[in-house]
Amino acid sequence: MSLVKLTIDGNKVEVPAGTTIYKAAKQMDIDIPILCYMDLKDLNIENKPGGCRICSVEVEGRRNLAPSCSTDVTEGMVVKTNTMRVINARRTVMELILSDHPKDCLSCAKSGNCDLQDMAVKLGIREIPGQEYAEMSTYRLDTSPSIIRDLDKCIMCRRCETMCNDFQTVGALHAVNRGFNAVVAPAFEMNLEHSPCTYCGQCVAVCPTGALTEVDHTAKVIRALNDPTKTVVVQTAPAVRAALGEEFGMEPGTRVTGQMVTALKQLGFDYVFDTDFAADLTIMEEGTELLGRLKKHLEGDENVKLPILTSCCPGWVNFFEYNFPDLKDVPSTARSPQQMFGAIAKTYFADKIKVDRKDMVVISIMPCLAKKYECQREEFSVDGNPDVDFSISTRELAHLIKQANMDLNKLKEDEFDAPLGESSGAAVIFGATGGVIEAATRTAYELHTGKTLDKIDFKQLRGMEGIRSATVDFDGLDINIGIAHGLGNARKLLDEVRAGKSKYHAIEVMACPGGCIGGGGQPLHHGDASILQARIKAIYDEDEGKTIRKSHENPYIVKLYDEFLGEPLSEKAHELLHTHYFDKRKKIFQV
Amino acid sequence: MSSVKIELRQDQIDKIHTICDSFGNQSGELINVLHKCQETFGYLPAEVQEVIAEKMEMSAAKVYGVVTFYSFFTMIPKGKHPISICTGTACYVRGAETVLNEFKKQLEIEVGETDVNGVFSLSCLRCVGACGLAPVVQVGDKTYGRVAPDDVKAIIKDYID
Repeated sequence: MSLVKLTIDGNKVEVPAGTTIYKAAKQMDIDIPILCYMDLKDLNIENKPGGCRICSVEVEGRRNLAPSCSTDVTEGMVVKTNTMRVINARRTVMELILSDHPKDCLSCAKSGNCDLQDMAVKLGIREIPGQEYAEMSTYRLDTSPSIIRDLDKCIMCRRCETMCNDFQTVGALHAVNRGFNAVVAPAFEMNLEHSPCTYCGQCVAVCPTGALTEVDHTAKVIRALNDPTKTVVVQTAPAVRAALGEEFGMEPGTRVTGQMVTALKQLGFDYVFDTDFAADLTIMEEGTELLGRLKKHLEGDENVKLPILTSCCPGWVNFFEYNFPDLKDVPSTARSPQQMFGAIAKTYFADKIKVDRKDMVVISIMPCLAKKYECQREEFSVDGNPDVDFSISTRELAHLIKQANMDLNKLKEDEFDAPLGESSGAAVIFGATGGVIEAATRTAYELHTGKTLDKIDFKQLRGMEGIRSATVDFDGLDINIGIAHGLGNARKLLDEVRAGKSKYHAIEVMACPGGCIGGGGQPLHHGDASILQARIKAIYDEDEGKTIRKSHENPYIVKLYDEFLGEPLSEKAHELLHTHYFDKRKKIFQV
Repeated sequence: MSSVKIELRQDQIDKIHTICDSFGNQSGELINVLHKCQETFGYLPAEVQEVIAEKMEMSAAKVYGVVTFYSFFTMIPKGKHPISICTGTACYVRGAETVLNEFKKQLEIEVGETDVNGVFSLSCLRCVGACGLAPVVQVGDKTYGRVAPDDVKAIIKDYID
């Protein structure tokens, strides 16, 4: 690769041809301000529409300022990133962006975590000339079960579009209209609910303003906790404990399981349980289902559907219901851990503590925005009473804890309550890409072979590549396993299945980068994959520290089957722990 | 925004498929496909855009994005007699805007709309190369030159059966 010599702010530098001015400057620790530009290099995602012009720099011999994010370096180029002209231009650009931006920062959901606000601070904007003449956008508010679109706050950076189309291949969002009326919207400007949106929340995760935010249920949680007639039960997903600390200034990858439990108890939850318990239950059901299909397949049954697909991820479920409805018999029928937990809490556990399901509120804490939609699905309720009443994100939990005057750094560690708080290490790793299938492998191997695993770490299933495959030897029987994270990667594996060319027996899919630890409800990682890696490491560390590391060895799971469910795939298990899928490929305009 | 709901017949769907095929279903040819479809149907209702999106394996949001970006594309059916007022520089300085306003008043529609009977639709265009006749109005294929607001009533009358 040929090298190019140039000068930036008086210092010489040599970079490969094809490098942008922005990246060349970054190498020299010159941090040119950016707003629309986004580089998720570890995910191979780059958004550089060159639209906002905040990153403009002066290039000697060039009449106009150049957008550094999308201008390649040339030999002998002389760049200045901080001249009076550049600074004036940046401020003017910012003033123009702000002129028609709503000024309700005090009550905006993104306040304090807003790239636009930060940039206004950085550029020292103290007044916005001409704003009294600026026309304000009045686009309607769109509230879906998971995500709120407030397009008056959209600055057309188009990061959401890049995530939705390039990374996830969902195609729910695109820039529409022109000039002042331009917004990012679904086809025909329908609401998100009537689009292919999966509620994965990756658009929310990258939005630099308050244009895309999650539906906030923290007020509902507070109301439930203050209602003396309600027994309030909380469940926490595995990925939450690996990221919550970041909201309190801790290093990424700090495990805060014990402190989180203390915080939840102090908030006043009557029972603090773990979604991981239900993850163990998922493995029992899904693992048994996998073995059942394998057995039939080996016996020559041609109707059996293989590969089996995991079904824990609600974004993924939404994706295949819309894009692959012809394959809706292929995924496991096992409900997600969130829903299994809700179903068991409001039957088995409610009976145990003699509380009517109507007086029990089940709240889940999830790294995910699609979970908000999932718990509202009609099939997960009994006579209109949902198994899980509502779901809040990791970010919302952090807000709740802060509102209650607690600092996670200063809390002692506590333990989950019994019986739905006990879990195996296999359940913890659900939070990382490859974790569900590893957990299933640990159990399925032992159930199938009747032998005890010598080594329970299946390192070949771990990693960050978008699509991975591995073969696991089930005592002479080779099981081919596929893993995808990110829906664009999942689509590739599903296209193979549709074409009848898939070599896999089982495929795990997670909608978000890195799995749940990179979910749309997690503390913002701003595209830094080292943060995702640190969270994954925290998850595997927790697994290693557990005494019980296989789902079928969780004593409370064994007890649940003894006392209540009978055996995996029993009639009762089917009623409470399994589901069915729908063909959502409706023509959008018919909705 | 959404247009009037219609149901496409199979032969119309086939026609759209043929158009997409003739451009190799290449995403880079989307604008050409849209032009051809608008020529065929007179406008681009949501239903046509959906068929195009599915056939060309792109999101309907993207197709809609392109349709709403270019002013030539319309999701509203044109009237039987489409009226276009030139608002190019020459026509504009010679009073095209007052002529346009008179049309809006007489027809009770805005630019880009079609009247309730589907007889007239109103649009603006930029320079038809007849600046000597400014301001210029086109109704279908017929061109009217040096139009004054007072002439508008008579022009409309020409097309009312």
